[in-house]
Amino acid sequence: MHTPLLKKLVLAVLGMFAFAFALVPLYDVFCDITGLNGKMDLVVAEQSSEIDKSRKVDVSFTTHAKSSAPFSVKAQQYSVTVQPGKLSEVEFVAQNLSDKARVMQAIPSVSPGQAAKYLHKLACFCFDQQSLDAHQTMKFTLRFYVDTELPADVQELTLSYTLYDITSNTAQAQNNSTPLLSVAEHTYLRGQNNG
Amino acid sequence: MSITAEEQQASHEHTHGAPSGLKRWLYTTNHKDIGSLYLLFSLLMFLTGGAMAMVIRAELFQPGMQLVDPHFFNQMTTVHGLVMVFGAVMPAFTGLANWMIPMMIGAPDMALPRMNNWSFWILPFAFAILLMSLFMEGGGPAFGWTFYAPLSTTYSNDNTALFVFAVHIMGISSIMGAINVIVTIVNMRASGMTWMKLPLFVWTWLITAFLLIAVMPVLAGAVTMVLTDKYFGTSFFDAAGGGDPVMFQHIFWFFGHPEVYIMILPAFGIISTIVPTFSRKKLFGYASMVYATSSIALLSFVVWAHHMFTTGMPLAGELFFMYATMLISVPTGVKVFNWVATMWRGAISFEIPMMFAIAFIVLFTLGGFSGLMLAITPADFQYHDTYFVVAHFHYVLVTGAVFSIMAAAYYWLPKWTGNMYNETLAQWHFWMSLVSVNVLFFPMHFVGLAGMPRRIPDYALQFADFNAIISVGGFVFGLSQLLFVAVVFKCIRGGESVPDKVWDGAEGLEWQVASPAPYHTFSKPPKVD
Ligand code: HEM
Ligand SMILES: [Cu+2]
Repeated sequence: MHTPLLKKLVLAVLGMFAFAFALVPLYDVFCDITGLNGKMDLVVAEQSSEIDKSRKVDVSFTTHAKSSAPFSVKAQQYSVTVQPGKLSEVEFVAQNLSDKARVMQAIPSVSPGQAAKYLHKLACFCFDQQSLDAHQTMKFTLRFYVDTELPADVQELTLSYTLYDITSNTAQAQNNSTPLLSVAEHTYLRGQNNG
Repeated sequence: MSITAEEQQASHEHTHGAPSGLKRWLYTTNHKDIGSLYLLFSLLMFLTGGAMAMVIRAELFQPGMQLVDPHFFNQMTTVHGLVMVFGAVMPAFTGLANWMIPMMIGAPDMALPRMNNWSFWILPFAFAILLMSLFMEGGGPAFGWTFYAPLSTTYSNDNTALFVFAVHIMGISSIMGAINVIVTIVNMRASGMTWMKLPLFVWTWLITAFLLIAVMPVLAGAVTMVLTDKYFGTSFFDAAGGGDPVMFQHIFWFFGHPEVYIMILPAFGIISTIVPTFSRKKLFGYASMVYATSSIALLSFVVWAHHMFTTGMPLAGELFFMYATMLISVPTGVKVFNWVATMWRGAISFEIPMMFAIAFIVLFTLGGFSGLMLAITPADFQYHDTYFVVAHFHYVLVTGAVFSIMAAAYYWLPKWTGNMYNETLAQWHFWMSLVSVNVLFFPMHFVGLAGMPRRIPDYALQFADFNAIISVGGFVFGLSQLLFVAVVFKCIRGGESVPDKVWDGAEGLEWQVASPAPYHTFSKPPKVD
């Protein structure tokens, strides 16, 4: 006599358990559409066809190594002033500060958050995992432009990179050309144990 | 209709009686036995979690590091929270549900008695695992009861798996309990017990059970993600792998906010039962109580981010969650007004259950007010993660949920045991608790507003005096609870015999059965008119 109701309730429980995991892609889609959390797609953008010469936007750069990541990455310019639509280039110098070969992953983020989807990158060291030998220094060029659709109230934005040491996760995949770590698609391609 | 003691006795004897010894408790499927087990377990956990609070308050008695090292201090705040939420408050309500729901709706037992046995007996294992981890190398969980990533993933110790398994078991236990409550209420009501005649304790528990089914699986999902992030290399919450630590907070609070209502809705039911009894009036606005409870439950799903105002949400989000949160105080206010209106011009008498109920109404409302202050986004930027938040949730949880449980215990103990509790001891317990709980938690508002952060073992000198007062309040409150233990065990052992209808103003089927309530009740369904 209780079985039909019991079945429904058990199904509801399983459904809610699945829902918890469904929240992960839902959250990403939501943030993607709204650009709420300043997270950027790691995709190569197309060049812009128009340039808005009437506007100027300041773009600053900052980098920050996660506590145990032995890297330093410095932008050669603290900030640049750009016209929306116009392609700009900024040099970054990266160095492995440790005595061992290391793999670095940089994760970009933009603030204010809603500007994230208006900053387009054509080339970025964050698109790939970067292998650096002990104390090796490397130069990277960031090529980007700011979308002409950028909301008018945003006059300055900051592109920040967090640097992660992912050496232990990529022990077998040592070369530079490992595929993009797609933030948007949430492919958990890290087969190896963290600890 | 009323059932005489003899009738009950007769039906008792020709069915199997209670087997004796340990086996009786291990194998029991009787709702009253299981209710007692839940309640005693909850009392034990209340004392365990309380002991941890004593360690916290002893360390904070003076500024500087005195008794414990910071890592152990963090374990104490974490495990105190977990034990009190999942070990003390929730099992106490489940125990009350087991004892009272079948008797209130005229059912012989819970619908799924064997599952009932399981849902209780896995609980002690969950807490054994959790508490054991405190004694292992590296110690127990130290990342706060909210186990935010990356504290619980990147920075936690290897015993985190034990925490995860413990929470899984607690979750399974609550889910089974909730399923049982729903099936019982839907399928086992005596004929004539229509929906709008259900006692409010039954109504509030029904809604609570749905909340449990909706959010405990989400908690299970969150701890599972922490487990795989920590041990199996996934990156749900790890930005380096494409995850997002802020997402942890969204998932956690999607569970967490309904969870705080899981801990207060049954309390609303208890207060709505006790206040009419001792006011000798019908509950004012029964239907509005039912609707208010339902709307609180529904709204509780859209306010979670008020715990996250400082994570950098966009303005639209901050505003939405601010207004949605404030909206909840409307149905909550309806309840408070209904209780007060019930007392208005009633022939009130002040027995101990009523004293706790009145204390609940006043002090829970105070906690609601500090909640409203926290809901104001710009103000919360200042209050967040200070002792003001600690003051808020202890007013709603200790003088709210815990006081309601005490009120319920005093209200139904005579029915359960057949004996009246010791009035003098009970008076001491009430007054000591009432005074000390305010000495304990009220000054926390001030140190919080002055900027003292929560979850720290040491603090700036200017907070010293208030913290000393708070600690004294804490010790007195802790010791006063030993009086409660004394009252309960004295009452189980003996005392003045009580009539079937213990309180003259009480209404409901539970007062038609004998005192003490026989092992089997309503084997023949009662007639409800
Ligand atoms: C009028 C009703 C209420 C409002 C407006 C309210 C609002 C809030 C807000 C805004 C916070 C977050 C503060 C911060 O971290 O900065 C909070 C925290 C909290 N509230 Fe409430 N609340 C209400 C009722 C309740 C009730 C009934 C309970 C439980 C029975 C409760 C339990 C908690 C807990 C446990 C926390 C702290 C969680 C943590 O960070 O550890 N609240 N409340
Ligand atoms: Cu909340």
